[in-house]
Amino acid sequence: MSGPINWFSQIISVTKFGLLSVPQRRGSVAAALFGVAGVVAVLVGVLSIAAGFRRAMAASGSPDSAIVLRSGADSEMVSGLGRDNTRVIAEAPGLARTAEGPLASAELFVIINLPKRTTGTDANVPLRGVEQPAFKVREELKIIDGRPFEWGKNEVIVGQGAAREFAGLQVGGKIPVGRYEWPVVGIFSARGASAESEIWTDARVLQQAYNRGDSFQSVYAKLTSPAAFQQFADALTTDPRLNVKVIRQPDFYAEQSTAMTKLITTLGVLVASLMAIGAVFGALNTMYSSVSARTREIATLRALGFGRGAVVVSVMLESIALALVGGAVGAALAYWAFNGFQTATMNWQSFSQITFAFAVTPQLLIQGMVWAVLIGLVGGLFPAIRAARLPIAAALREL
Amino acid sequence: MKFLHLTWSNLKRKKLRTALTLLSILVAFVLYGLLSAIKQALVGGVELAGQDRLVVRHKVSIIQLLPESYKARMERIPGVALASHQTWFGGIYQDPKNFFMQNPVVPQEFLQLHPEILLPEDQKKAWFQTRTGAIVGRKIAERFKWKIGDKVPIQTPIWPKADGGQTWDFDIVGIYDGKEKQTDTTWLLFHYDYFEEGRSYGKGQVGWYTIRIKDPSKAAEIARAVDDEFANSSAETKTEPEGAFVQGWAKQVGNIALMTASILGAVFFTILLVTGNTMSQSVRERTGELGVLKAIGFTNGQVLALVLLESCVLALLGGLLGLGLAWLLISRGDPTGGMLPLFFFPTQDVLLGVGISLALGLVTGIFPAWQAMRLRVAEALRRI
Amino acid sequence: MSAENNNTLVHVDAVEKVFHRGSEDIHVLKDLHLKVPQGEFLALMGPSGSGKSTLLNLIGGLDRPSSGSVSVAGERVDQLPDHKLAAWRARHVGFVFQLYNLLPILSAERNVELPLLLTHLSKSERRDHVATALGVVGLSHRAKHFPRTLSGGEQQRVGIARGIVTDPTLLLCDEPTGDLDRKSGDEILDLLQALNREHGKTILMVTHDPHASARASRTVYLNKGQLSNEPVA
Repeated sequence: MSGPINWFSQIISVTKFGLLSVPQRRGSVAAALFGVAGVVAVLVGVLSIAAGFRRAMAASGSPDSAIVLRSGADSEMVSGLGRDNTRVIAEAPGLARTAEGPLASAELFVIINLPKRTTGTDANVPLRGVEQPAFKVREELKIIDGRPFEWGKNEVIVGQGAAREFAGLQVGGKIPVGRYEWPVVGIFSARGASAESEIWTDARVLQQAYNRGDSFQSVYAKLTSPAAFQQFADALTTDPRLNVKVIRQPDFYAEQSTAMTKLITTLGVLVASLMAIGAVFGALNTMYSSVSARTREIATLRALGFGRGAVVVSVMLESIALALVGGAVGAALAYWAFNGFQTATMNWQSFSQITFAFAVTPQLLIQGMVWAVLIGLVGGLFPAIRAARLPIAAALREL
Repeated sequence: MKFLHLTWSNLKRKKLRTALTLLSILVAFVLYGLLSAIKQALVGGVELAGQDRLVVRHKVSIIQLLPESYKARMERIPGVALASHQTWFGGIYQDPKNFFMQNPVVPQEFLQLHPEILLPEDQKKAWFQTRTGAIVGRKIAERFKWKIGDKVPIQTPIWPKADGGQTWDFDIVGIYDGKEKQTDTTWLLFHYDYFEEGRSYGKGQVGWYTIRIKDPSKAAEIARAVDDEFANSSAETKTEPEGAFVQGWAKQVGNIALMTASILGAVFFTILLVTGNTMSQSVRERTGELGVLKAIGFTNGQVLALVLLESCVLALLGGLLGLGLAWLLISRGDPTGGMLPLFFFPTQDVLLGVGISLALGLVTGIFPAWQAMRLRVAEALRRI
Repeated sequence: MSAENNNTLVHVDAVEKVFHRGSEDIHVLKDLHLKVPQGEFLALMGPSGSGKSTLLNLIGGLDRPSSGSVSVAGERVDQLPDHKLAAWRARHVGFVFQLYNLLPILSAERNVELPLLLTHLSKSERRDHVATALGVVGLSHRAKHFPRTLSGGEQQRVGIARGIVTDPTLLLCDEPTGDLDRKSGDEILDLLQALNREHGKTILMVTHDPHASARASRTVYLNKGQLSNEPVA
């Protein structure tokens, strides 16, 4: 009457009886299911905000692209580079070159106010002036509506994120730049990168509009290969004519988003932890009531010879199974409700809007399921022990 | 009420179950408190905005500067009592992550415009008299452990000095407190003159203006008048009441109110299910007892009320404990370590929380109570 | 006839009770007539399923007849609307059940207090009535105990105390000794007799035990829904 096979079959039997009685206990079962589902959905949802934000920042830039700013500047807004600086930078080793010249675009970064579609109130939008190589440096850029702006003309193209968030940014619309209104001639996509939150135009034209003389704020450069970065950076930082900082594009964007990501993540984790604690209490409640509803049945089984161990395992299995189903429902709900949800928030480093989409990543889904299993485990443990310790005779009398 | 003992005894029937349900409700309300504080931190400045203050900035972009000479022209507009400027300094103290506002201002004017800034008289005098002097808010002083008399060096990449350096030195001569608990005490304010003399470019230009108007009801009119005044100048302006200005910033952070409401909605819905289930179970177990009560002469309405009383006591107890715990946790300060300038539990949200817990009690109790009410006595007795 | 009518407390006239179980109709009581004078200790006997408890429920206002009338102290109980019925029960009827039906979460004295919560008596007045009732049944020393620490006989005595605490017109007992051993049962019957003889309480007791019915002043027999004064052979 002993041995692992026998024990295993005991567990199966006890669990089977448990599952058969579920219809009677459907109220508690449903409550537990929805409880876990709710927790997992909110958890995944809240954390998907941070994930989406990070993804938008990380999608921006490949490791073979670099940004040059003035030394000490942590954002383009506070950086400044003169024309002569940008010329020196364009001659550095490691830069990719084409027949037209080095793939380095000296750029200007300002912000303008436009009303948001959702709130009607003004928000800051980045307006970037670029040079011709920019479209090769950022190869992910594609015009999806209208046409690119003509060099030398007061025209702009708009990233699809910005077009979505702000009123008036469709092909044929006009935006106020300084004293005049410039027409929007095209919309571009950039594979989710932060450039999609921006409005682009010719750097020289923007310089005139903003009285910037011949100064820029940054240089975006494409390198011959990711490995060429060190050569490129060293050449520039040791050059006595320059006082610059060189950084890979992905690293730059990661830096830019740290504050916001930290804020969202901290708050998200706080919220999620509290919810998980609440869910554990809910799960405990359910499992205790489930065990108490099955008291006579469990006592009968034990009187018949089923071991304590089998009972414990069976109750835990039921709890984990319930939690898994609830977790799966919650994860699916989160995916359906949140994944891809477009929104925008403020990038503190540049004071402008950055558009991004909630991202329910596979990691988050797994994380959600892990939380569900943990809740099921903790929620089932104590009730399982109680079930195993039931005094059989008393339990059998209980009607 | 005399029925309270009966209600309380019923809750003690299954102590563990009641305790677990109570704890679930408690946690939900702690979360509610936390989210209220977060929401307040991110969007709460609006309520504080001076009714009689307008903000004037460059029309095209907040980052563009306005001439210092605008002040005189603004003060000539009817209805304007005082105009004073501030500029974005953008400084870094030790680590770029230590973000806080430092603005050059005209001290006497600034204090006049912002009566919510409380500074002892002697510190005011010291500030007016010390060119390199700066006053700092209580919160930021505590964070960096600054005392009066400390020298604080701040670097700014935006404003290099005329002498070539990037580090500006300030002497802490005062620590200010806020009149309301929502007042931001994380600013560092210093002399415009010191700034103007030391900077290498942008001389004579400032970031934005704050105007005090004599009659708050004329805010929109005066705002228009200001913008008209500078309509065809080199720097056109956009003027709006301070509340609208702050709200604009808050809205840029995102629809915080919607997000917190959604999360709380999901949480409370879940709690509703859990508690409702507990109540239903509890009533189902007591069919016989309820029959006895009816036999004794309790009316259907009274039985309904008894069950509702039970669910409400449970919900209120959990709610009050949760709100209390939230209050304690929130008063321990900002969980993000300084990124939120204000962190407190707004009183109106506390009261709303109490209301919600009462509503929770009613909603979770109504269905089981109705079932209890409908019990037919003879059947109920037979079920014993 | 008129002398009888003057102190008739309970008058059941031509009562029928039909239960509907699925598609079947079960005639539990048929053309029943019963008069119970004030101060009587009446025993209702009959085999199980004969409708004894049903008749008790009708008299106690816990159920309504399908036809016929039920009057208690001159009032037509079968015609009272539901919400008035509850109040009527509170004032006029005390119940004693076979399984005592005490609330396990309340102490003995709190259980006895329950019917008083429906009155306008103050807390101290309620306490006095409870003390009196417990005194009558001889359980004052166990007032603060919970049902689980009381014996069957003691629990039933608490049940009786609860039944008399409001000084009701009528005491209805459904198999009060059914779950007790002989000795405890006798104690209960002694108590009921005392209540009837010394305190003048009108008691209707349903029982299947001839030993119990012997204590009553009159016994009627219910069989197949009809009453008679003689036991069925």
